[in-house]
Amino acid sequence: MVHMGNVSMMYKSSGTQAAKNLSLDIDEGEFVFLVGPSGSGKTTIIKLLTGEVAADEGEIVVNGFDLRTIKRRHLPKLRRTLGVIFQDFRLVEDKTVYENVAFAMHVIGASKKEVRERVPYVLKLVGLEGRERRLPQELSGGEQQRVAVARALVNSPRMIIADEPTGNLDPARSLELMLLMQKINELGTTLLVVTHEKELVNAFSKRVISIEAGSVVSDGMDGYYRYEG
Amino acid sequence: MKVNRFSYLFKEGLKSIFTHGFMSFASVTIIVACLIIMGSFSLLAVNVDSIISTLEQENEILAFVDETLSDTETMDIRARLEAIPNVSSVQFINRDDAWTSFVSQYDDPDMFSDIDGSVLRHRYVVYLDDLSLMETTAEAIKDTRGIADVNAHLEISQGFIMVRNIVSVISLIFIIILFIVSTFIMANTIKLATFNRKEEIAIMKMVGAGNSFIRAPFVVEGIVLGMLGGGIAFFIEWGVYSLVCGKVMSGLIGNFVTVIPFEFLMWPVLLVFMVVGLIVGVFGSNIAIRNYLKV
Repeated sequence: MVHMGNVSMMYKSSGTQAAKNLSLDIDEGEFVFLVGPSGSGKTTIIKLLTGEVAADEGEIVVNGFDLRTIKRRHLPKLRRTLGVIFQDFRLVEDKTVYENVAFAMHVIGASKKEVRERVPYVLKLVGLEGRERRLPQELSGGEQQRVAVARALVNSPRMIIADEPTGNLDPARSLELMLLMQKINELGTTLLVVTHEKELVNAFSKRVISIEAGSVVSDGMDGYYRYEG
Repeated sequence: MKVNRFSYLFKEGLKSIFTHGFMSFASVTIIVACLIIMGSFSLLAVNVDSIISTLEQENEILAFVDETLSDTETMDIRARLEAIPNVSSVQFINRDDAWTSFVSQYDDPDMFSDIDGSVLRHRYVVYLDDLSLMETTAEAIKDTRGIADVNAHLEISQGFIMVRNIVSVISLIFIIILFIVSTFIMANTIKLATFNRKEEIAIMKMVGAGNSFIRAPFVVEGIVLGMLGGGIAFFIEWGVYSLVCGKVMSGLIGNFVTVIPFEFLMWPVLLVFMVVGLIVGVFGSNIAIRNYLKV
């Protein structure tokens, strides 16, 4: 599903080596935490996986798309196989909850009927029934993040990538969100969650990949969070 | 593109005009201002051209008939003159009419009472199609059998041609500059409007939207705003032009020139304003979002 082999990447503008001989594999249906200190290269890994930045060396294959050879015009096809969730939610402020989720379906050319059936189902799944007509600013942080989860989920992506999804949430809402993620994973979607939060990681017994200075320093299945910072 | 998708993108574009009301207002205002400046200058140029054309038409060649010819022979000359290339029309004036016309130009007709009107020749007034060919045509008229002499104001015709050429070149340069400036200003206004929406565009990219999907609502918005601006500019131009025309025609200058009524110009003006508004809208929106599509 995801294969990164000896990937290196440097930001030319700042000269920062964001990834150095980085290798990892994620299989279908896995739930993986990606952890590491600030500036260790976690977000860069997400950008590499979504095609936002290109690697200088190494191979990256995501959902069958080889990112070394993919044409720019085919990037949307890759991204449609992924659902991405961000720390700052990234909702369109002037769209309602319903519209924010529905527009991800319009992007892939879904019919009105499909949108009408699928969006309420997903909103119910993430616990946002009755909030359809609200604007993002009328929701709490936890609710906004659940809208982002619904948007990521609505096209039934093969994999969801979450970049610090609990960064703006209190501990209770963070746990709720992670439980929701676990539920989504149990329904068959692969999950890659980037986080700082040690307690949260240790609350789940999942595979944890630790990154430091752009390289994988540990990769285990016992939920152990190596980074102590 | 499926009808379903097209209708969604079209609605999104229309909705966005109202959602970003202030920036829509700013964009339309800029288009209106640019079109009115460009349109006013073009209308001025059209009127100058029309006035010059009118004056050109009044610049005729006088062909004097040989006085030894009989009346029948004099009348036969008309057909020969009309056959000359570049001759638009020919008018015969006999010597009596020419004398009456000459005398009437003076306040005291009695001062010519002791002069016989037969000193003047019969003449033909020859009007031309193309003033720039006056010299050649005048020579051809002079060579016509039965024509004794020709009076052609070549220096005046050259002056008209020069003025017309200068006006045409200056108008063209100004219109091109104003068009480029309008497109640039419009693009910057839309860029300003889309700056706040770069986050929205980034989100669209992240959920897998292709460039055409992202661009379409902006283009719809650009077309609608551009054509709305074109329509508003047309009505303002109409009002301003009619007002200025009224002032010009009722003033002293109205005795010398005739301004083209807006009714004769309205369809071309409307067409040009709508097309320019549309082009500026499409180009402006494309230029504005181009940078945000590279993610």
